[in-house]
Amino acid sequence: MSGAEKIDVTVTEIVPVNELVTRFKFERTDGGLLPTFSGGAHTVVEMKDGEITRLNPYSLMSDPMDQNAYTISVRRDDEGRGGSLFMHKNVAVGDKMVISYPVNLFSLDLRAKKHLFLAGGIGITPFLSQIKQCERLGGAWELHYACRNEALGSYVAELTSKHPYEANVYYDDQKQAIALEGLLNGQPIGTHVYVCGPKGMINWVRATAEKLGWPLEAVHYEEFLAPQPGKPFEVKLSVSNKVIQVGEDESLLEAMERSGVDAPYLCRGGACGQCETRVIDYSGNFIHRDHWLEDDEHASGEKIMPCVSRFEGKTLVLDR
Amino acid sequence: MSKFEFPESIRSRPVWGTLEPRAGLHHLMIADAEGAEAILDIATPELMAGAHIIFIAKGTGFGDKLRALNPAQYYEGPSYEASASRIQRVLQDAKMSTQVYLAGTEGLMGQAMCECTNAGIPFTAVQTEHRGSTARRMQCVHCKGITKDVAIDPFVCSHCGLNLFVRDHYSRRLAAYQGVCIDAEDPGNVPASKGIYE
Ligand code: FES
Repeated sequence: MSGAEKIDVTVTEIVPVNELVTRFKFERTDGGLLPTFSGGAHTVVEMKDGEITRLNPYSLMSDPMDQNAYTISVRRDDEGRGGSLFMHKNVAVGDKMVISYPVNLFSLDLRAKKHLFLAGGIGITPFLSQIKQCERLGGAWELHYACRNEALGSYVAELTSKHPYEANVYYDDQKQAIALEGLLNGQPIGTHVYVCGPKGMINWVRATAEKLGWPLEAVHYEEFLAPQPGKPFEVKLSVSNKVIQVGEDESLLEAMERSGVDAPYLCRGGACGQCETRVIDYSGNFIHRDHWLEDDEHASGEKIMPCVSRFEGKTLVLDR
Repeated sequence: MSKFEFPESIRSRPVWGTLEPRAGLHHLMIADAEGAEAILDIATPELMAGAHIIFIAKGTGFGDKLRALNPAQYYEGPSYEASASRIQRVLQDAKMSTQVYLAGTEGLMGQAMCECTNAGIPFTAVQTEHRGSTARRMQCVHCKGITKDVAIDPFVCSHCGLNLFVRDHYSRRLAAYQGVCIDAEDPGNVPASKGIYE
């Protein structure tokens, strides 16, 4: 079976955090303990939405050492393909769901002398578990968190009351912004920076750090891409000897799974590299959307990441 | 000729690079002897405006040339040991926008690298370039004593007096190669010493 191992859970609490964000709590259905994890890990939540099974990754925000329950926060995306809407509208306390073992693609580098966390919006969630881990291990950290406005500032009150010296909050509507250059310049040697938020923010932090001479090894980022809808297309899978149709609202990976093909994956968000698939033949254009492949690999037409990337054209034959 | 092509070896052996100017506000450059030439090769006025050069001359005359580059700070020390506390202090106060450049002998680069990683800089982010002597800093695996500037193989441990075979097995933590007794089984049967790379 592909992906990380599965766990049967029951939804035991649903709390609206603000207008857009809702928090869900999962406990093991068999009453046992959940695995511990490391700060920054995510779980892939299975959503049975009629005919379609969606598998969406969400960062775990609970204490990594708390084995009684996991919590995630889901931001409603009215434009997306419906995963977050499903969580908001169709999931009720007492529902049985399936989630994956935690997978961490955004872990703390424990060699760091200090961790500098930069969050944008719902990008705060991985830091909530990392902060709990830092507090337990006694690591130095500092958070800079940009939100649209006070009403949408998820967990701001909790963070600023528990960590008045470490947590710094900025509201866009009050024209507050992270003074990034000065902040990065002033960090002592041995600091690692972690950024999670919208693409623009990630690019800004990476570019500024590079300009200031930060080593690449000390700059960490996580951006889950949700697969985007697109024009339907047809794919031939040569190993499984099948021709499948990828619908407008599903990803290539989801279409393979729907057709009974066991394709590898881990993050389902274009970040981990697990789903990399060799292209045998094609005529048309790739719509590459992952962060995994290098630009020259994208241009080569030899590889595709089916969790987020699509295709437009006549033929596509994959080694799967 | 200050450059030397090290033969291919085991994975444990460090691989040194070639310095290049990198983006950054501060440039910490630590060199000994001919390592000065690697700094002279990349120096530009912009780089020097943010540079702190720490140089151990070891009897070479490069000091004046380095000083003439007009770095923001210049220090010349009589030995690595004498400069170590300064290096530690500079790293302790350094900011993330600092690039580190190490040039010269393997012993200098290894020891300074150790200070950098202790300070939390990923070792892959520290630039290095070998210049000058190929003599090694050796640790005797038996008595743990360090013998500096070993150019021949086998050599006599300066601490316990055993005859040691020079290995390419390297310890990043100790900044030293390992020396192993060559005549343990047949005491006194020691091959004639020759240069390590002969
Ligand atoms: S599943 Fe991780 S990159 Fe596709």
